[in-house]
Amino acid sequence: MEALTGTPPEATVPATVVDLGSSSVRDLNQALHAPDAALRATHWRVLNPRGAHSVACGLTEDLSVDIEGHVGYYCAGMNQRATVAVHGNAGVGVAENMMSGTVRVRGNASQSAGATAHGGLIVVEGDAAARCGISMKGVDIVVGGSVGHMSAFMGQAGRLVVCGDAGDGLGDSLYEARLYVKGTVKSLGADCVEKPVREEHLAELAELLKAAEIDEDPAAFRRYGSARGLYHFQVDNAGAY
Amino acid sequence: MCGIVGLHLREPALYPRLGELLTAMLGQVVERGPDSAGVAVYGDPKLTPPGRATVSLLEADSDVVEAALRDRIPEVVTITADATTVVHAPVTADVLLAAVAAALPQATVIGSGTDVAVMKGTGHPDHLAASFGLARAQGWQGVGHTRMATESAVTPAGAHPFSVGPDQCLVHNGSFANHATIRRELRAQGVAFDSENDSEVGARFVAHHLAHGADLEKALRLLCERFDGFYTLLVATGDSFAVVRDAIACKPALVAETSAWVAMASEYRALSVLPGVESARIFEPEPEEVYVWKR
Repeated sequence: MEALTGTPPEATVPATVVDLGSSSVRDLNQALHAPDAALRATHWRVLNPRGAHSVACGLTEDLSVDIEGHVGYYCAGMNQRATVAVHGNAGVGVAENMMSGTVRVRGNASQSAGATAHGGLIVVEGDAAARCGISMKGVDIVVGGSVGHMSAFMGQAGRLVVCGDAGDGLGDSLYEARLYVKGTVKSLGADCVEKPVREEHLAELAELLKAAEIDEDPAAFRRYGSARGLYHFQVDNAGAY
Repeated sequence: MCGIVGLHLREPALYPRLGELLTAMLGQVVERGPDSAGVAVYGDPKLTPPGRATVSLLEADSDVVEAALRDRIPEVVTITADATTVVHAPVTADVLLAAVAAALPQATVIGSGTDVAVMKGTGHPDHLAASFGLARAQGWQGVGHTRMATESAVTPAGAHPFSVGPDQCLVHNGSFANHATIRRELRAQGVAFDSENDSEVGARFVAHHLAHGADLEKALRLLCERFDGFYTLLVATGDSFAVVRDAIACKPALVAETSAWVAMASEYRALSVLPGVESARIFEPEPEEVYVWKR
């Protein structure tokens, strides 16, 4: 982990620093939610998170928040417009139900990263655990490493890019959403199939990788998506119910 | 929910700090299980002195235990730890257990061996840690659990760890679905149970296979094959520390490892209190993979 104190922020305007060693998460979040938060400072630094839950969640302004350490559950949940960077690992449900903005995890993310997220960009530079992008509804997720089992389960819209491998049951019960995996897929979930990579897919992959600042060749990825076989009730299956 | 913490020390210089570190870890998982808590401490010189066997008991006050055992066993020492009475004497664990069974039939044995003391109670885990005197405990390995009961009553006996074999203990976050079936099968093979708790079935299953020659890794692989439901388990023995999760892995688990210690917890915040965690290798155990560290 980086040194937590004494390093000057990169931004030219000094960051507002909140030390969770002496302030509560509630104090931090209330300050970030205050109507004048963006006027007081656009760059915030959070020190000593030590695995605390719900750090920097529910933001709605164009703020930039750097969290210097590991966080617990639901970090940057419900994010709108803000840019949140975790300089460490994130616990369960990072950026869950995000609407817009950018959340970047420099380390690994635990399960259910980006669950139900509607928009914005989530970058996990390390690995994401099980159920990454579960029920994703329009978010873009780029994972520098691998994802665990049941990733993009019941995904409805958005794009998931995995530069490493995917675990069992990728894209199970997928409605829509486009999945790109560079490495191996341990198994595909129900109704998830491999699909051809066309020019427009290479273009969108290049765009996503660039936005995520991850240097990979779009041509090295394979594409997976919904076979759309579960969309409608099939009378032939009536006996199975 | 339930919260799990465990610490397996590699660096003997840290042994005097085991209880202090375990107390701090337990305090970080209180919200995960505020109704009861328990700990297993391995190698404490007061709870499990060398050359003596130790038995941990519920429903037996220390003066009752001392009076009941005085004429049967030499040099009995008792220690009160909240609802638990820890008793040790310079005999084998089997002799001490037999004397307890004969003299204190109402007592529930919650731990036995030469290296482990188990302490349990109901109430706020921080208060329990204080009444166990946990911060002063020493040793080479410790396991703690905070319980949010789902499958059976909130009682000291329902608290974890479940320690049903010599120097063994198991803590569980989750719920087993087919525990009644497996309990019936084990009872048919002569295994006795103390409760209707699902986690006790897991502990009895592991102890049964260890007693029949399986090593810990094998016993936990068999558990994965046989048990349905949700589980993150931390299992400790007189020489090992092991972690396993079910195939879905929905119950959280993190392992951190340095040259000085191996630790496991439900959440990172419980690991954040450990010395040198900044440079630890931290990972989530894979589903149905058995991880074992040996002393």
